[in-house]
Amino acid sequence: MMHRLDAPAGEWLDRSGTLRFTFEGREYQGYSGDTISSALAAAGVPYLARSFKYHRPRNILSFANHDSNTLFQVDGVPNVRGDVTLLRDGMRVSAINTFGGLTHDKARVLDRFARLLPVGFYYKAFHSKRLFPRWERMFRALTGLGEVTLGAAREATPKRYGFCDVLVIGAGPSGLSAALAAAQSGAQVALVDEALRLAGNGAPQALVRAAHDSTSITLFPATVAAGYYADHWVALASPSRMTKMRAGAVVFATGVIEQPAVFRNNDLPGVMLASGAAQLLARYGVAPGRRVVIVAANLDAYVTCLELSARGVSVAAIVELRSAPERDPAVAACVALGTTLLPAHAPYEAIHGPDGTVAGLRIAPLNAAGHLDATSTRRIDCDAILMSVGWAAAAQLFLQAGGSTRFSEELQQFVPQDLPPGIFAAGRMNGVYDVESRLADGRRAGAQAAAHAGFGVPGSAIVAPSVRCPSHPFPIIDHPQAKNFVDFDEDLQVKDLENAAQEGFDSSELLKRYSTVGMGPSQGKHSNMNALRILARLRGVGVEQLGLTTARPMYHPVPLKLLAGRSFYPERRTPIDAQHGSLGAVWMPAGNWRRPEYYAVSGESRAQSIDAEVHAVRSSVGLIDVGTLGKIEIYGPDAAELLDRVYAGRYSDLKVGMTRYGLMMDESGVIIDDGVIARLSEQLFYFTTTTGGSATVFRELQRWNALWGLDCTLVNVTGHRAAFNFAGPLSREILGALTDIDLRDEAFPYLAVRAGNVAGVAARLMRVGFVGELGYEIHVAAGRGPDVWQALFTAGAPRALRPFGVEAQRVLRLEKGHFIVGQDTDGLTDPHEANAMWAVAMKKPFFVGQRSLRILQARGPRQKLVGIEFAATTPLPKECHLIIDKGAIAGRVTSVTHSRALNKSIGLAMLSPDLAQVGRDIQIRIDNGDLLAARVAPAPFYDPKNLRQKVGSSA
Amino acid sequence: MKILVCPLNGPRPVAEFAYGGEIRRSPDPDTCSDAEWSSYVFNRSGAPGAKYEWWCHIASGFWFVVLRDTTHDVVIATFPAEAVRRGLPPP
Repeated sequence: MMHRLDAPAGEWLDRSGTLRFTFEGREYQGYSGDTISSALAAAGVPYLARSFKYHRPRNILSFANHDSNTLFQVDGVPNVRGDVTLLRDGMRVSAINTFGGLTHDKARVLDRFARLLPVGFYYKAFHSKRLFPRWERMFRALTGLGEVTLGAAREATPKRYGFCDVLVIGAGPSGLSAALAAAQSGAQVALVDEALRLAGNGAPQALVRAAHDSTSITLFPATVAAGYYADHWVALASPSRMTKMRAGAVVFATGVIEQPAVFRNNDLPGVMLASGAAQLLARYGVAPGRRVVIVAANLDAYVTCLELSARGVSVAAIVELRSAPERDPAVAACVALGTTLLPAHAPYEAIHGPDGTVAGLRIAPLNAAGHLDATSTRRIDCDAILMSVGWAAAAQLFLQAGGSTRFSEELQQFVPQDLPPGIFAAGRMNGVYDVESRLADGRRAGAQAAAHAGFGVPGSAIVAPSVRCPSHPFPIIDHPQAKNFVDFDEDLQVKDLENAAQEGFDSSELLKRYSTVGMGPSQGKHSNMNALRILARLRGVGVEQLGLTTARPMYHPVPLKLLAGRSFYPERRTPIDAQHGSLGAVWMPAGNWRRPEYYAVSGESRAQSIDAEVHAVRSSVGLIDVGTLGKIEIYGPDAAELLDRVYAGRYSDLKVGMTRYGLMMDESGVIIDDGVIARLSEQLFYFTTTTGGSATVFRELQRWNALWGLDCTLVNVTGHRAAFNFAGPLSREILGALTDIDLRDEAFPYLAVRAGNVAGVAARLMRVGFVGELGYEIHVAAGRGPDVWQALFTAGAPRALRPFGVEAQRVLRLEKGHFIVGQDTDGLTDPHEANAMWAVAMKKPFFVGQRSLRILQARGPRQKLVGIEFAATTPLPKECHLIIDKGAIAGRVTSVTHSRALNKSIGLAMLSPDLAQVGRDIQIRIDNGDLLAARVAPAPFYDPKNLRQKVGSSA
Repeated sequence: MKILVCPLNGPRPVAEFAYGGEIRRSPDPDTCSDAEWSSYVFNRSGAPGAKYEWWCHIASGFWFVVLRDTTHDVVIATFPAEAVRRGLPPP
């Protein structure tokens, strides 16, 4: 049983302060500085978790925040990582993935039905569609770790952008010396380590102090570099925030991860990685047990034995998988202490006592060929088993960064092979194991990284890798009764991987996906290497022929709160926004803008308000803010030429002082935008685009201009100018009192553009007809927009003026049969289909879309945009309701409204050409499935001869 | 986030740029066949390799040409837009 020892020097605890907490409802105590895991270990809690599939009891495995045994539900927060979360007074901790508590977990019965849960179970069991919902419900309840508490407190987690010349990941001896070397070269360094403190992990304390003291090194303790993105952009996840670190160069001193031995019951509480036990002992004064057995295949086992013995922990035996340990003072010291050394022996099975924790280890001798003799096993009593059989490179992030590895037979480890520019590796990941060499390797990598980032010169001395092999080539022991776990997260046994390979999933990528090895919370940190070894043996090939799988970012679990961002939606507002607000505007989004949908008036319904706004424009005057339209100026000798090439119409013959409708196509002949183009002088045009299209149209025009090299230049003045449409039979009369421009029809005819003053503000006026009434589009400098709006509003108020919003404008334009690009047209609509060929000058030598349009014209339309009408009494269909002909889809409604002016309902529809004759009866299928009768009608519906917008001065 | 070196503005995060597609030579619309034109309009080569592409630095409205190895997502060189008129060498 694990227990706390007296305080050693250098431990991470403050034993003067005790903290009280509960685990599974029972009260415990820990010290200030304890993590959740260390406090529970010190308290001798027999086990902390239930495994994912079989609900077997589990306890600390790595104590390095790598395994999933120490995930807890803490004060309502799921999957808190116990190895690295500091204990707080009053914490309420419980286990995850249990049914009815940790000790009496009802699902522990699953352990006995393991044979019924073979590898690939999901793929094998879920073939019946009928039963699938039942399976799904059952497995949703059974699987998943932790419990999301919807009522959990909201926490703001800031994001930070970091910049450094050299990012060093890992603060062991090689990382520390790399950071110091880079800093000495003059680079600004960020040093990241996942441990709670940057303690050097065996490095000389002088180096640790130097790193803390250096003003060029920023330390990121308790931080996981969890994802690598292009151009050295690394996600640094700390408990409180995400830092997006941009580095000039990156040193991977990520080290190695200790690997478990695979033998029966190697998951029992009390079986630990030796490195984890050593950390628990040194930092938290917790002994792994009272009588320990070490399973050994490298020198680290003997060092651990000495550390345990020095603290008075009895080591019952060292079970050495190799025929003999290396010659080393540490081995000699162990022997001198009287430790039982059992070379050429293997752990056969761990034995549990009545409480489910380790009570002994059954061992078996190995013959010269390394084969186990299961007939002469014997039992060693112990309460803890430490595994020290090998290491795997922590290469996940390195592989993400585009590095490649090769398998070194001598080291039994993957080591970096090809390094992308700016990527450097150092230390044990390179196969460099003893501390002096790791320091030297770090210095080399640090200097090279600094030089890559532009500081100092790179050193050249390559540091030779270790001559001792730190890892056993096959620390995997078969057992007829299995339960020899390769992947603790997913409860995968050796036979599961063998079965998967036999079933044909025998490449590392397939094996991973089929068996789910390495897909649990620890992402294969303890399982991928052994799984590869098993697969290599099954296929009779070397590990080097299989290769590692690359983990995607984040390779280590990161709380979602660190990834969740604050929503940031830029919203544009016109200069008249405040006035709209005080007039009761009900907002709607339009592109990036917010626009008044209509103006709410107390006592009126939405429909009544919109109706009154429409009526005002038809009978007196209305005012709408159209400042969201894209507004572009183009100037230069070739300005008309550019417009001729990108718009369908002809602008080179447009008279100064006049405007012309502009229709824009893409190269496939599809309508993408429209607007009004005004010629202000021979070389200066001013034109509008749709609200949503302004940015992309402007950018595309710039591209064409850059490509063709025409002598003209474009300016996007969308935000510089406010614009209103002042429309209605009274508009001329009211505006006349505010402007010095001669508004008489002969001086300012329909479609003309004039410059002058409105309410004392310089303005451009265009006589347009979008809403089908006499009207003026007034463009002024954005800053003066509110003044002009107010002047128009005040002048019009006594004459029944109403401001009108987007909805009323839609009704007005629909009465005129005008289409809206993107609503009545779609991504396939050409001008022919939209009845817009009047706006296309096919005789021009070239314009974008012309060639495609010729083809489309010859082919004939696939659909036609037509007007439709129905009796005012019928319910309105919705936009996008389908038109049905002979039981098949024959088109769709694109716009629809009720027109008070016409006393009927009208709309536009995209219709199969054979139905598109005026007077034809059609049927529209509405939401409830009923068919609604409608008729194809001529458009414009209202004032078909366009007399109202062209109305002369006498009218 | 990737860094793209704009010939006008220097190194900037790629979010400041808009991609304008691969630069492809348009067939002569007056002489080419309908099939040739349709192929130009609708077909794109997805084959990886060195490709000329349009990129625009949005804030400055500057269009330029990027020769990019799309296999490794590495920019090989950048050119001003005039280079397209002068004729780009084969990638």
